[in-house]
Amino acid sequence: MSTLHETQLANQKTELGFWLYLMTDLMLFASLFAAFMVLRVGTNGGSSGVDIFNPQYALLETFVLLASSLSCGIALISARFGKLKPAVIYLVITMLLGASFLFLEIREFALLVLEGNSAASSAFLSAFFTLVATHGLHILIGLVWAGALLYSITKKGLQPRVLHKFGLFALFWHFLDIVWIFIFSVVYLIGGLS
Amino acid sequence: MNHTSYRAAVKQYIIGAVLASILTLLAYFFVTQRITSSVTLLSALVLVLAVIQLTVQITYFLHFGADKKPRWRSYSLLFTTLMIVVVVVGSIWIMRNLNYRMNMSPDSMNMYMIDQNKKGF
Repeated sequence: MSTLHETQLANQKTELGFWLYLMTDLMLFASLFAAFMVLRVGTNGGSSGVDIFNPQYALLETFVLLASSLSCGIALISARFGKLKPAVIYLVITMLLGASFLFLEIREFALLVLEGNSAASSAFLSAFFTLVATHGLHILIGLVWAGALLYSITKKGLQPRVLHKFGLFALFWHFLDIVWIFIFSVVYLIGGLS
Repeated sequence: MNHTSYRAAVKQYIIGAVLASILTLLAYFFVTQRITSSVTLLSALVLVLAVIQLTVQITYFLHFGADKKPRWRSYSLLFTTLMIVVVVVGSIWIMRNLNYRMNMSPDSMNMYMIDQNKKGF
């Protein structure tokens, strides 16, 4: 009885701790956003946002990530209601969509670099690549985490410990989608205006 | 979580995703159709839509309304928001001011920097 209560308390603490980590991560992104806003005009005579951003492509990336976030939420709910099969299926869909997002982003970066717009070209591009790649790196870490989660679900089933970890992962994944909304708005939409 | 049915819980996520999609598309069309010629107004509109979407996602995906007391998550988010506003608005403000006080055109600034680079730092 008391041990159950203790576990719950410990879980609440880890959840708050993880939330605080997300808040510090948010501050990291905020400083990168600030750098981007300040350096956006420093194109060094090269390409500016209007020349290189394709809003349609960014919209596609946004929807892929939003679908991934939705599927992650449904997977979590399924897991909490003890539905193993939908939980696994939706988690796999989440991972596939996340991987597609990462692929789209890497493809975009590769095309930019091939056109001669690398991070070394100008302050604007350095800020752009740093901001967007930091987000992409988080997505990559999330994918590894999702893989580990999938392994423990199939291995151990939907135990309370696994469910707790699933909850933390879902929090991380939704958080990344929220950060991406701001990248889409500030970098691709606002940054693409003259 | 235990009082709601599976369908109701999933519905929450779907409502959130639909609202988020509408807000995203709205921002996209505002910018691609250039509904106003003022860049400042357009930027402000897009930012407002992004903040609305933030609240939508926090409500429907992170279930912020269901936060237990004491609301540590909300307090820390509020504090983080304050820090973000200080960092972002502060940086833009200071760097703009600095640019203004340098009193140089972008070209002369470029020449100046090239000169400085030749001298070495």
